[in-house]
Amino acid sequence: MTAPTRPVPRETAPLRVVVDLNRCQGYAQCCYAAPGAFEVRGHEILFYDPAPPHARRGEIERAVQACPVRAISLQVEIGDAP
Amino acid sequence: MSIAETAGIVVVGASLAGLRGAEALRRNGYSGRLTVVGDEPYRPYDRPPLSKHVLSGELAPDATGLPELDTLDAQWRLGHAAVALDRAARTIRLANGTGLAYERLLIATGAQARPWPAASGGGLEGIFTLRGRDDAARLRTALAGGPARVLIVGAGLIGCEAASCCRDLGLPVTLVDPNPAPLARSLGTWIGSVVADCLRDAGVTFHAGAQVLRFAGDASGRVVRAHLADGRAVEADLVIVALGATRATDWLKGAGLMADAGGVTCDGACRVLGADGTPCPDIYAAGDVARWPNPLYGGRLMSVEHWGNAVAQAAHSGRNMLAPADDQRTYHHLPAFWSSQFGINIKAVGLSEGADAVAIVQGSRASRRFLAVYGRAGRSIAAVSFDQARWLPAYAEAITAGRAFPPIRDASDQGDYLALAPGFPPPRAASTLIEARHG
Amino acid sequence: MAEDTLFSEVLDPANRANPYPIYARLRETPVSPQRDGSIVVSGHAAIRSLIFDPRLSSEDLPPSRRPRTGNPLKDWLLNPIKDRIATAHRPLIFRDPPDHDTLRHAVMREFSVARVQALRQRVVRDVDTLIDACRGRDEVCLVEDLSYPLPVSVICDMLGVPEADEPQFQAWATQLATALEPDARHDEASRHRTVAAFDAISGYMRALIRAKRRRPTADMLSALAAPGPDGKAVMGDFDLISTAILLLVAGHETTVNLITNGMLTLLRHPGELERLRADPERAPRVIEELLRYEPPVHFRTRKALGAIEIAGQTIPKGAPVILLFAAANRDPARFDDPDRFDPDREDNQHFGFGGGLHYCMGAPLARIEAEIALVALCRRLVAPRLMADPPPYRPGASLRGPERLGIRISGIAPGQS
Repeated sequence: MTAPTRPVPRETAPLRVVVDLNRCQGYAQCCYAAPGAFEVRGHEILFYDPAPPHARRGEIERAVQACPVRAISLQVEIGDAP
Repeated sequence: MSIAETAGIVVVGASLAGLRGAEALRRNGYSGRLTVVGDEPYRPYDRPPLSKHVLSGELAPDATGLPELDTLDAQWRLGHAAVALDRAARTIRLANGTGLAYERLLIATGAQARPWPAASGGGLEGIFTLRGRDDAARLRTALAGGPARVLIVGAGLIGCEAASCCRDLGLPVTLVDPNPAPLARSLGTWIGSVVADCLRDAGVTFHAGAQVLRFAGDASGRVVRAHLADGRAVEADLVIVALGATRATDWLKGAGLMADAGGVTCDGACRVLGADGTPCPDIYAAGDVARWPNPLYGGRLMSVEHWGNAVAQAAHSGRNMLAPADDQRTYHHLPAFWSSQFGINIKAVGLSEGADAVAIVQGSRASRRFLAVYGRAGRSIAAVSFDQARWLPAYAEAITAGRAFPPIRDASDQGDYLALAPGFPPPRAASTLIEARHG
Repeated sequence: MAEDTLFSEVLDPANRANPYPIYARLRETPVSPQRDGSIVVSGHAAIRSLIFDPRLSSEDLPPSRRPRTGNPLKDWLLNPIKDRIATAHRPLIFRDPPDHDTLRHAVMREFSVARVQALRQRVVRDVDTLIDACRGRDEVCLVEDLSYPLPVSVICDMLGVPEADEPQFQAWATQLATALEPDARHDEASRHRTVAAFDAISGYMRALIRAKRRRPTADMLSALAAPGPDGKAVMGDFDLISTAILLLVAGHETTVNLITNGMLTLLRHPGELERLRADPERAPRVIEELLRYEPPVHFRTRKALGAIEIAGQTIPKGAPVILLFAAANRDPARFDDPDRFDPDREDNQHFGFGGGLHYCMGAPLARIEAEIALVALCRRLVAPRLMADPPPYRPGASLRGPERLGIRISGIAPGQS
């Protein structure tokens, strides 16, 4: 949830996601929360989109919350690139 | 107030470690000027996908920008590498000639791919290394062009991941490595031979125990073949040189620090040591470039070229940079890495270097789903899982506690295991230093 | 009272409404031997370590002893065989690797992202229908009106069990769930009822699977019963039956607690109820905090295959080990202000769905059901007030939740559809 004092996100910029794959244990909860952005391949390889579209924000936040080992980091408000 | 004091903290290296270090500074209450210097024109990005999904074309090379987890409010000085450090004047010089003053410095310059020497064909077109985003973009473009055969030199993690990707793309691949099995330096030849089976099943031609002497090109300067030490030749129009990395410390020459191609030496608190061995109170290091005495391994000096170390050590250094001299915490770290290749998730903890025994303690080699533990002088020092990551934390705990080898008996799915020789190649050079590496 | 009898206080129905003060006392010794030889683990760090420990086995069901049929020859001939079959084909929550992994992999392939996603719209419709049915009343019983029927109807749909048969297996499911309750497992009469329920539901499933094989439909049971691409069955018939029973029982006995405990907690924290009503995007945070604060399953029992040294104690080989997840979820060594319900808490690494390789298979479905149900309840129940606090509880100490949850309302707001 965005606090009102935070800057308004640029709707067009993709989100930034990174998963700590040392922590990840392939519980696959992210895949159910955000099927377009996370996928388990084989027994336990996690493939994910590190730059999902802003429209997926709700799903990705669900994935962040649902991860049993809290391995997913998300940045929603992307500042200006240099 | 002097110039240096208003200069604030400078982080050299717009890398994973640089970013997480900068965040740690803000998180720990630093509100002064913060500058991040990077040699590439990009904000910090994640490297692990480069040798996997970027090569396969599933991700664009510019898609792996790292999230900034705290508000950094930093000045970004990108596109010009730091080329010199003047400790007396507390300034660094950038490649474009400008100077930058600092009050405190965090060195997070990482490492660079070991290139193929120009004298034996390294300058030919079609020869690639893979370290940065631009490298990955160039290599991806070349792979998409449909080369007749890809030759990969070096069967370390990067070489094997690249081989796996190339096979997924349907490209013929030859992999050459001086050791008897792939991943021999990280996992030993006995476990490495499981990966050799995967290579074979995936249709990779693997030349074990072979060395490339030189590359030959055609009239236009494009690589056409490699000549091996045993007299064989491999025809290939695309070559990936995956011989590991050297630490990016060239810019520290003449700065009076203990720095060489193996890293910059720090004390236990990650403070960089001057040439006389005393710690500089205003210079810290983190990530691939930092070599420090790890208490988990009896204070042996090591540098750890893995993602998790960049994150943890940067957070640690950032915290210590703001703490008073009498509250400098020692950095303990159990190295860990992961790799996915040929559909298998490989995860490891600890340092297998110097192991005298290895045993599969759960699962089986035949199923390619197992957990193996490495022992040295009766202690458990490392463990690796092939598609069995859920058990790894139990072994990480046992290794941290220095338990006997093998650490866990009476486990479920545990057969009669045999402790075998892990088969590590001899060290590259006589040295007491350790480099946990991808090479 | 000596600490070695604290766990019997947890089992005492008198403490069902608020076991947390007992958990706090147990946590003073995070790994705590009990007088009966079992070990209760209540600290977060200790549980985190043990759920990854391959020496903790889940194959810890006491052998069933079957009720006598009255026909001595039948008892003598058939009961031992039936027992052996039941033991060899335990559901996968009572299995270890490698069998556990093979079965779980087969189930999860069918418990697919697509199948779970496809249920979302159905859950939305079901919730609206169930709440619509309360129109014109000034009080509802949440358990009866929504949190029991919703997961039951969803699991029936997913598995392919005709909902018309539901009254038949409701009692079986309730009885089988007692297999997770230490009291019931040690009670001879209850064990006999469990065996009888298992036999009855097995017979039902066997017939249903036969029907699915004859005329496959799009449901999960048809998919699991169908031969794989290599022509071989994904799992044997006994495993298939025990898996189907497991999913059906879990669908009956767990999510109901998550939804009921969830609404009870929100009614006790009206500020949070109002925030969720105003901003449904808070739901994922609310659900995770509920899973920490009032988890649907409080503990699971394992067995030590070897001696395990942990937290200054040695768990002896063969000892039953009770992993008290709900106590670890309130461990002040792990969570700031753990007894506070705070959906904004960061780093909420709870054991609400257990952990390690037995992590709840139904978690994604439970999250969807709880989220849709709680958001709809907050939005549609007008001025909800608890009628009794604490409410009456069901008997289970592990599968813990209210038996009834009476809520007085001033009306039902219109739904989405």
